[in-house]
Amino acid sequence: MNSKTKNILVELAFSVLAIIISFMIGAIVILFIKGNPLEVFGTMFSGAFGSLSNFADTLEYATPLMFTGMAVAFAFRAGLFNIGAEGQLYAAAFAVAVVGFMLKLPPFLHITVVILTALIVGGLWAYVPGVLKAKLGVHEVITTIMMNYIALDLTNYLTMRNVFKQPGQIPQTKDILHSAQFGTMTFLSKYTHLNSGIIIAVVVAVIVYFVIARMKLGYEIKVTGYNSNAAAYGGINNKNKLIIAMVISGAIAGLAGAEQVAGVMHHFVSPFPVGIGFMGIAVALLGKNDPFGVIAAALLFGALSAGGTQVDTMTTVPREVIDIIQAIIILFVASEVFLRKLIVQRIKQRKYRKMLEQSNLEQLDV
Amino acid sequence: MSKNILEMRNISKVFGDVVANKHINLSVSYGQIHAIVGENGAGKTTLMNILYGLYAPTTGDLIYKDEILQNMTPALAVKKGIGMVHQHFMLIPPLTVYENIILGAEPTIKKTGVLDKKRALEKIKEMSRKYSLDIDPLALVENLSVGEQQRVEILKVLYRSAELIILDEPTAVLTPQEVDKLFEILKLMRNDGKTIILITHKLKEVLAISGEITVIRRGEVITSLETKELNKTKAPENELANYMVGRPVLLRVKKTEAKPGNDVMRLKNLTVNDNRGIKKVDNVSFNVASGEIVGIAGVDGNGQTELIEAMTGLRPPIEGELSINGKNMTFTTSREFFDAGAAHIPEDRHKHGLILEMQNNDNFILGKQWLSPYQTAGFLNYRAINKMSDELIKNYDIRPDTYKVKARNLSGGNQQKLIVAREMTRQPKFLIASQPTRGVDIGAIEFIHKKIVAARDGGCGVLLVSAELSEILSLSDRILIMFDGKIVKEFVNKGITEKEIGVYMMGSGA
Amino acid sequence: MFSTILVIALATIQSSIPLLFAGFAGLFSERSGVVNIALEGFLLLGAFSGAAIMQAMNGSSQTLYITAGFLGTIVAGALLALLFAVVVITLKADQIVSGVAINIFVGGLTVILSQAFFTARSFNFPEVPVFIKTYFFPILALLIAAVTYFVLYKTRFGLRLRAVGENPLAADTLGVNVVKMRYIAVIISGVLATFGGAYISIFAGSFAKDMSAGRGYIALAALIFGKWKPKGVFFAALIFGFFKAIEQFLQGGVIPTQFIQMIPYLMTIITLAGFIGRATPPAADGIPYEKELSE
Repeated sequence: MNSKTKNILVELAFSVLAIIISFMIGAIVILFIKGNPLEVFGTMFSGAFGSLSNFADTLEYATPLMFTGMAVAFAFRAGLFNIGAEGQLYAAAFAVAVVGFMLKLPPFLHITVVILTALIVGGLWAYVPGVLKAKLGVHEVITTIMMNYIALDLTNYLTMRNVFKQPGQIPQTKDILHSAQFGTMTFLSKYTHLNSGIIIAVVVAVIVYFVIARMKLGYEIKVTGYNSNAAAYGGINNKNKLIIAMVISGAIAGLAGAEQVAGVMHHFVSPFPVGIGFMGIAVALLGKNDPFGVIAAALLFGALSAGGTQVDTMTTVPREVIDIIQAIIILFVASEVFLRKLIVQRIKQRKYRKMLEQSNLEQLDV
Repeated sequence: MSKNILEMRNISKVFGDVVANKHINLSVSYGQIHAIVGENGAGKTTLMNILYGLYAPTTGDLIYKDEILQNMTPALAVKKGIGMVHQHFMLIPPLTVYENIILGAEPTIKKTGVLDKKRALEKIKEMSRKYSLDIDPLALVENLSVGEQQRVEILKVLYRSAELIILDEPTAVLTPQEVDKLFEILKLMRNDGKTIILITHKLKEVLAISGEITVIRRGEVITSLETKELNKTKAPENELANYMVGRPVLLRVKKTEAKPGNDVMRLKNLTVNDNRGIKKVDNVSFNVASGEIVGIAGVDGNGQTELIEAMTGLRPPIEGELSINGKNMTFTTSREFFDAGAAHIPEDRHKHGLILEMQNNDNFILGKQWLSPYQTAGFLNYRAINKMSDELIKNYDIRPDTYKVKARNLSGGNQQKLIVAREMTRQPKFLIASQPTRGVDIGAIEFIHKKIVAARDGGCGVLLVSAELSEILSLSDRILIMFDGKIVKEFVNKGITEKEIGVYMMGSGA
Repeated sequence: MFSTILVIALATIQSSIPLLFAGFAGLFSERSGVVNIALEGFLLLGAFSGAAIMQAMNGSSQTLYITAGFLGTIVAGALLALLFAVVVITLKADQIVSGVAINIFVGGLTVILSQAFFTARSFNFPEVPVFIKTYFFPILALLIAAVTYFVLYKTRFGLRLRAVGENPLAADTLGVNVVKMRYIAVIISGVLATFGGAYISIFAGSFAKDMSAGRGYIALAALIFGKWKPKGVFFAALIFGFFKAIEQFLQGGVIPTQFIQMIPYLMTIITLAGFIGRATPPAADGIPYEKELSE
């Protein structure tokens, strides 16, 4: 087994450990509120995988997370914290809704326009924090969080304008035309909202992989993220790379908005479902900022979501129990680097102490 | 009572893969200036950090004033009377001098925890007077010069009534005249009954000021002796160098006479400010011809860093003209510098020269990633990149010998060799080598020096910047001395002594 | 006219209180070198704990349930802060990611506990006397501002705290216990923020899911706007409180509500853009302290 495979297995082991521990803590919380952990976890599992329609739910909840996870992961490669996936997807989602009902185009063209709109608007929403960071050094965590709230308020305002609003009580936009909708996979289950967005997600993952691993742009973004001084030395324009990375990140997050509007709801509603952007951070972390890892992590979180819905309806335990589990996973994965170094270092120190005592100095490389 | 204030017995220290100290025995007599000598990376600083409690030894004992000290921490060290002035200053720039000095030993009003500023200032003023360490206690440390900051570090130690004082490479950033002043201060302290441990790799200083010497090489003690014994020998410096390195060291590289051709680099009226807007390079002009090595001598901090940064496109100057191989530079990016046929070995390999988190192959293409065959149409060609990496690893004897290892896992010398390999294979017409052998073991130093001379013999014009005078004297054909942002003197390198250069480095003799 | 000013002033104070508590909480934490994105979570925890304890003790004397509520809030804040501290200081996890996780955690936990003990995602709780809402909290906030200034600049603890946030290695070599200082700073931070959160539910008279409503992030903005200095944070919190307060006064006017709601966020971005170069955080902010030097 070469060292690269060994590394991947170790990473996997830690992720699995994180999941197990968070479930254990979830169990403790469930016990505390007088629930039955086994019943809850069982319901969760069946809610996620128990039937074809449940599995479709898992995939459906996972899809937007694939996008936001990849968005956050991409930004991380440049050393940027994109906490703004939430706002980026709102803005894009609204734009998609408008483009979806205002334009009359043949289906293929309409979908292309939908996708392009999401990419552009999402990218634009991330452009502002990107530029502020690149040109003025303003930390993107704060600016992206601010942009989230601005997106929330702006889309809320726009949704209520008569030109966009669906007549009636509910604050939502007019339904998008059929030609703009992502096809739903009703062959899996009659009531599912799982749509072709998931295929787009996988395609995006492949593209992102190639950009990061094989393209000069990906290399330069990585160098910028690891060491901006070395990047400057190496002829890389750090400022541009930061902006490009943020815009690409925002564009991918925008696709989450497109999927939700064009694939699931077929209109924009205010307030839009909250948390997809934040959860993207957890997914990126668990997926180790690698596009395929993100897909896997998104599937896990999608399963948790689907399971959570079932738990909410079938047991006395509220769905928020999955928030707890997800939070613990994040904390554990975030601590992982240190824990791993600690364990490895302890093993090595013990080995060398023994060698020194035996004065087996030939083996030491000094 | 033993005549030794300090004994370190059988000290070993392991960091992961690296054995920094191996079965070290050290004895320091009372009231002596004891020099611990060794090259960069020999393990001297690690040993002292163990004494001061920053590291725990893997094995071994510390015996201070006949008492075995367990579970050493800096707080305990200070309490026992051990003080340390570190190589990289441990100061807090936004705080004042007195706040930096009293931190951790603050005088408070009774037991309230409220700072007693008056008492603190009084005590500091008294110490300043006693050891002639002039400083304004209310100044912000970030506004002080390097020499002044060092005085703050020394005051920190004295404020805590230290009896054993460790100084780690204190003269690395001082001019020869400032070194003399420091040594006077040390003698005052010694005559006052203090014991001093001086960590250094500067042979002349060791012979001038110390009473005892311990030589460390590759983590082990090679020998301990009294300075006066060493000074009786015919060539004490060479003796010492031998101990340090283990074989006769050529303190000068063998090279033939230079045959300079046309100018490869022309610099006019360069003025550069640092991040705070202070002028660091003041109207500098000079040229470098093909086939010559021009060395810039000067104490760290006189503008050399900013000069090179401006020339290589890392820092825009206030004004200036630069042409490399006849091409005019706009100072906006390092890419035009490389594309003009130049190469750059940066002074700080961790900051500029490498991406520690990436593998060797990715480091080999840093600054080359737009060149074919490594790149076509935006895609990187890793087959070509890896082939090149393998070749360079072999030719430059870089260990471990695989391109798959991350740069952070290489030793300092191998990291530097990677950078040298990368830059030399540009076949540059103009090469900037800035502190090219800093923190590098002697074998790699010789290798790198040979490569630089070979480049020069092949027609390359080399600009060498180094804080090591011996390196400048050994390699340069012409020597420029930089002081306070200006070139104050130029020498042809024939029969020049370090003392002469030192005078100009300090700004006198203009 | 004058009465309008008075009403606005009052509303400003009311809106500023959570921001003041959370802002100073952030100040302690960040001056010691720990970024605290979890202010939002602490505020929410405080809003919940105060309300929950008081509702649980509904029926006993007012003094009793209020004291219990306050004490319980402090304990809850200290405990969560301890968890946060262990994760980011001892386990050296990324501070921003961990902060986000804490926010998610508190969001979920408060709803679960609310559902479990009060059978709904929101609940009411017994009345708190007016003087606490109008006088106690504002005066406490003022006191905290003054004490923070004094502690930070005139005491040994404050000097060590600042040192640890700028150059922990230097402080360590002088025998200052970096880890201990940071733990204390984070716990103070947690207690302050949680206590400020209690005000939110006390003012509303009830607890509702996610009622911290982004105040934690505005407090963070106030911290940055105030350049990590006590005086700055104080005024920043007031200014942002002012904007939140006038929201309701401009309702139904020419400017749509949503745009007024946007103002604090826009202002933060604009000021951050304008201020940069002079607004520098503590040098070691966000970097976990590694004892063994790598070279």
